[in-house]
Amino acid sequence: MSDGASLAIAFAITLGIAAVVGGLAGGVVWSGLGPEERAAAIEMLAPRTGLLIFVGLLGIGVISVALQPAIRSHFNEARRLAEEARIMLAANPDYRIEPRGTSGMRQLGEALNEFGGRVRELRAEVDVKIAHAKASVEEERNRLAALMSELTQGVLVCNREGRILLYNERARHLFAGGEPGIATLVGLGRSIFAVIDRNLVGHGLDAVAQRLAQGDAHPVAHFLTTTQGGQLLRVHMAPVRGLLQPGGEETTEQPEVTGFVLTLDDVTRTFEDDTRRDRVLHSLTEGSRAPLANIRAAAESLLDYGDMDDAQRARFLGVIAEESRALSARLDRTMHDHADSLKTRWPLENVLGADLIGAAQRRIETRVGISAKLDDVDAALRLEADSYSLTQALAYLAGRLKEALGVREVRMRLGRSGRNAELDLMWRGMPISGSVLQTWEEEPMRAGGEESPLSVKDVVERHAGEVWHQTDPTAQSAYFRLLIPAATAAVPARREAPATSSRPEYYDFDLFHQPGQSADVDARLLSELAYTVFDTETTGLEPSAGDEIISIGAVRIVNGRLLRHEVFEQLIDPRRPIKSASTAIHGITPEMLNGQPSIDRVLPVFREFTEDTVLVAHNAAFDMRFLQLKEEATGVRFTQPVLDTLLLSEVLHANQELHRLEAIAERLGINVVGRHTALGDAIVTAEVLLKMLPLLAERGIRTLGEAREASKRTYYASVKY
Amino acid sequence: MAQKILIADDEPNIVLSLEFLMKREGYEVRVAENGDDALAQVAEFTPDLVLLDIMLPRRNGFEVCQQIRSSPQWRDMKVVMLTAKGRDTEMQKGLALGADAYITKPFATKELVARVKELLDGKR
Repeated sequence: MSDGASLAIAFAITLGIAAVVGGLAGGVVWSGLGPEERAAAIEMLAPRTGLLIFVGLLGIGVISVALQPAIRSHFNEARRLAEEARIMLAANPDYRIEPRGTSGMRQLGEALNEFGGRVRELRAEVDVKIAHAKASVEEERNRLAALMSELTQGVLVCNREGRILLYNERARHLFAGGEPGIATLVGLGRSIFAVIDRNLVGHGLDAVAQRLAQGDAHPVAHFLTTTQGGQLLRVHMAPVRGLLQPGGEETTEQPEVTGFVLTLDDVTRTFEDDTRRDRVLHSLTEGSRAPLANIRAAAESLLDYGDMDDAQRARFLGVIAEESRALSARLDRTMHDHADSLKTRWPLENVLGADLIGAAQRRIETRVGISAKLDDVDAALRLEADSYSLTQALAYLAGRLKEALGVREVRMRLGRSGRNAELDLMWRGMPISGSVLQTWEEEPMRAGGEESPLSVKDVVERHAGEVWHQTDPTAQSAYFRLLIPAATAAVPARREAPATSSRPEYYDFDLFHQPGQSADVDARLLSELAYTVFDTETTGLEPSAGDEIISIGAVRIVNGRLLRHEVFEQLIDPRRPIKSASTAIHGITPEMLNGQPSIDRVLPVFREFTEDTVLVAHNAAFDMRFLQLKEEATGVRFTQPVLDTLLLSEVLHANQELHRLEAIAERLGINVVGRHTALGDAIVTAEVLLKMLPLLAERGIRTLGEAREASKRTYYASVKY
Repeated sequence: MAQKILIADDEPNIVLSLEFLMKREGYEVRVAENGDDALAQVAEFTPDLVLLDIMLPRRNGFEVCQQIRSSPQWRDMKVVMLTAKGRDTEMQKGLALGADAYITKPFATKELVARVKELLDGKR
């Protein structure tokens, strides 16, 4: 029943009561009158009937007007209770109604609270059961996530439309955009075509389809692509195939391809290495031909024509001497310039020497059981090394020393010597013959039950190094020296996402069922849409008076999940002073903005981050106004549909007074942390939106179009900034 | 009359040997140090055989060879290409462009002399 109809009925009841009371009073008076009195009364009243009826109606009117606020408040109270009950049921089970109003209303409120308590208990029981069931699924997912994050290759899984359903950190890192520190192009639900040419992917899919048609059981395709950062990637593509309908007849029909898996290898370095190796080979082979030809021709002439005169002979000898000197110099130069490329391809990594020594120290102390001390260790020295086999070699030598000589302590030293690193293992004790030490170097390593087919010498040779020993009989001290090539430069560390307590949400297989987002967006269900929830911090509250954005924070919601790892957070140099009043709110000082990009550089990246999503903000009109004022200057337009959590709160809880973000969050049982940073507020707003979706659905607001219509109708929608 | 050989190479250290060898075999020898010079001497000296290095300055050996082969009056001139590149693709290119022989550095002097003699004897 509508409020209007309820009020009309209340009015009618009031009218009825007034009429009955008036009628009864008239009746009692009338029955107490004698016949003459009645006649006199009729005579007196008859001409004034109209007036009498008017006064009567007036009285009724006055009574009902007087009663109306009470009635209205009664109904408002009921509506408030209804809203609060809904919050309790749908959004925040911990929410409790504060009993107020008439005693009936109080009782009703208390009853609802009790009801809410029961519902909560029931829900908790169900939750426990669900959690149990989920745990095993979750474990599998965690295993998958762990596996993916350990891969040195980038992995991306996409659906047929090219939307990313799963990726690992390595893949995201490989495609990290050109702008340092700003957003990333790889994310759940994003299009793969933002990072790999659509034609390349299409071509790969065609090749896969062709192989499938030919009955290939493992149809794959390969192609090369370059990233914005200029890296060269080798891409391996394999199809994801759907399941055949179970129970169906045996057919030769292939299951449908529902998506594809891309495995990415950064081959930039390999490619450069190969190119360098080619150059070395070239300079050593073809480059040597001409000088050798000169030498050989001269030498053979000398041999074959022994009768030549001395002057001629001297000239030939001169050529031989000169050319062989040049050839030697060339070899030296090549070895020097390209030593790195000539090393054997043992999987060596760039390690900090001190780390390696530390690992060896621990291994010697725990496995061999003798003390290992460190002498001078060059803390900055890096090695191209297989740290495991080197550590093993050092521990093995220490073990032999303990067995053969009863050595109780070894010392280690690491220093630079030209292009190489000297790794010394020193000990004191009885002199020992050099030939024994040599056997230790050359025998397969055995230490602590572990056996290796390799000898210390093998290990060192694989590092293109040398090993030898030196003894000083007088000082009763000796050492093994491992000479290992030092690394030229440190490999830049991979930029990883900040460590957080929760597991990254790098996958979302539900996206397999995602219809194309370009479809009629208004008809799409709110629960299925992808959202960018954002917030801005500004120099002040008046965009039209020149206030500027100084920070944008945003987070994405895909398939009803808040993706905490796909965030956008950027400070912006506003190129104008910040009012101290605003600094007091957001804590951003002018110093923090020094060196940050300006808005015209940030907005294009932010636009990319928000592509194909619905924009959401609390009091969106305010943030959108700032963005719109920049349209002309930056050429960046935000044309997506926009939802405002402030308006949605108004739609849901018209009878609650407060629609500030904190108040809403508290009402919906959301923990508010990190407010007044753009990203912190964006995350709170996103959580608010997620809590609101089921409440909206209860009110029949299920699609984006319905949500936008309802928002428009609310009072706040008319507020213009 | 002695047969004439033009040596086109810019490295004096190989020219020394080549010139010595060819003279000792009784040929009349001239030397060109670059591609342009080589073509000029082909026209003026009209050698019976050219020992042609590929990596010549100004105009490489392939171009010189092509020029020689494009002129009918030098149809009988023998061209022996000398190269420090050992790829067989280049050898094929040289032969396709009309070289009579293709010799890779370093070479045995005896073989070179034998090859030159063989080509010139066939011409006689």
